[in-house]
Amino acid sequence: MRWRDAMRFSWGGLRAFGSRTVLMTLSMAIGVGAVVVLTALGEGARGYVVNQFSALGSNLLIVFPGRTETGGSGTGMLIGQTARDLTLDDALALTRAPAIAAVAPLTVGTALMAFGGRSRETTVLGSTAQWKHIRRVELQAGRFLPDSDPRGATPVCVIGRTVRDELFGSEIAVGKQVRIGDRRYRVIGVMAPHGQSLGFNMDEIIVVPVAAAQALFNTSSLLRILVEARSRADIPRAKTQAEAILQARHEGERDVTVVTQDAVLETFDRILRALTLAVGGIAGISLSVAGILIMNVMLIAVSQRRQEIGLLKAVGATRGQIRALFLTEAAILACLGAMAGLAAGLGGSALIRHVYPALPAYAPAWSIAAALLTAGLTAVIFTLLPARRAARLDPVLALSRR
Amino acid sequence: MISLRGIERVFQVGDQPVHALRGIDLEIEAGSYVSLMGPSGSGKSTLLNIIGLLDRASAGKYLLDGRDVTALSDEQHAQVRRDKIGFVFQFFHLIARLSAQQNVELPMLLAGIPAAQRVKRSGALLERYGLANRAHHKPEQLSGGQRQRVAIARATVMQPPVLLADEPTGNLDRASGRDVVQILEDLHTSGTTLIVVTHDPALGQRAHRRLRLVDGRIEQDLRE
Repeated sequence: MRWRDAMRFSWGGLRAFGSRTVLMTLSMAIGVGAVVVLTALGEGARGYVVNQFSALGSNLLIVFPGRTETGGSGTGMLIGQTARDLTLDDALALTRAPAIAAVAPLTVGTALMAFGGRSRETTVLGSTAQWKHIRRVELQAGRFLPDSDPRGATPVCVIGRTVRDELFGSEIAVGKQVRIGDRRYRVIGVMAPHGQSLGFNMDEIIVVPVAAAQALFNTSSLLRILVEARSRADIPRAKTQAEAILQARHEGERDVTVVTQDAVLETFDRILRALTLAVGGIAGISLSVAGILIMNVMLIAVSQRRQEIGLLKAVGATRGQIRALFLTEAAILACLGAMAGLAAGLGGSALIRHVYPALPAYAPAWSIAAALLTAGLTAVIFTLLPARRAARLDPVLALSRR
Repeated sequence: MISLRGIERVFQVGDQPVHALRGIDLEIEAGSYVSLMGPSGSGKSTLLNIIGLLDRASAGKYLLDGRDVTALSDEQHAQVRRDKIGFVFQFFHLIARLSAQQNVELPMLLAGIPAAQRVKRSGALLERYGLANRAHHKPEQLSGGQRQRVAIARATVMQPPVLLADEPTGNLDRASGRDVVQILEDLHTSGTTLIVVTHDPALGQRAHRRLRLVDGRIEQDLRE
């Protein structure tokens, strides 16, 4: 039998049982579509995180107080004290390291900011002039924090776009006096819109000199220190140098953690890739459910079409040909279902991208290939049994009933 | 040409073996016109199915054109059926979703004959049987007689030397039955071996050799 004739004949068989064919195609399509959409979503999440990190500035290292490592009993444990705080002097000491280009100490808190009759709870970020450079921040008006001694608590602030809009409306903000907590500050600059970055809405913060923030929140410690290496190649050296300097300053105690942006990014990348694989796999299960449905329906088809099978045998069809005809039906079903599912999946991904533009939800090529392959394989594998049953049908019995 | 020796067919019904055929010895020469008659359950259809290789004998030897076909595999049986044997059934067994012409093409489709040749041969046969204007009708749009003529066209399109008919007129009115018998006898005249299973004595009497089966044995073998 020629394969084109087999295709035509099988297609005729599928058409003769339209609603059954539509249902099987639908189950296949749902499986493929689910794999495509879910992996697209996972990839989107991954892409989103990667984008967030690259917006952070390259060659970045972050210094946290405390050490995430289990060791023997250190002095800190004996005297019942937790990790030593990072201080402004620690941050300033880091600028001496040859592999480090810039250092920005960071203190964060929230305070009530007021201007005229309006006030607003705002995230206050204490840092230095270097922060603008490290975080690649652009100004819309005025200037950033002065590059003076970071220990000086100059009462000036730079405000985010949303803060400006909400407190000043159409007024000019630069030069105005505002109240933050119980202190007065002069607005010297307005940041250009930046949007979300690592869970911060950059448009809703205000930046003040680090010493001013420490005074405001009555603390001498820093949340973290952002460090920029001189180049990408300098990142590992910048890390060792920063660790050495802080160890020396903390009486030989290694009580800080320095992470590189790459390391953080890689971790997120790994986690989210695993997540994508997991959801893809779960969606893949729906494909095998579709396979079982196909097997079920094919078994019914074989018993409903006994006469046809018996007749085919009487006019000379071999077992192999009968098997081939049923497998061809399955293959056609798989193709239809896979195409419909792919179209739905790609459409769904496009819809997600339309609704959440920040999420680059593109299904990765491997997941599309895997979905199509799984669809084809399940359809064929789950039809093997019904096809075998059809091929073994006794033609006399098959033809004996009307 | 068809040579059966000691053919037995035993069915297992529950734990009771049922002998459908007992020790059938039969020689049918090429070009014969044979009728198989007998009461229900006498084994005439079983015998026809064994001759047509749709069924296998439990014991005995079957030579077709001098070749022992008892030992052939299922795949080989399928090929012999396709090339040497044509079947005509009481209930036509046309595939409902296929047109008359597509039904006739079916054996050629399985044999891998190219489409152009299929259309030519099936078209010619349908025309010969007076169905030229019904070629694209579905079986449900045809009368019983027309359906059986389509089925005969299907059975003869591979030009098999043997044509087996199981109650070919059993489901037809008298006029259609006459047409069908006419076609079958014309085929016999042109050299085809024709074996007809029937209940209808009138039809049975027309054959040149009349076999009567009772309880799985040939009880009577009349020749003209």
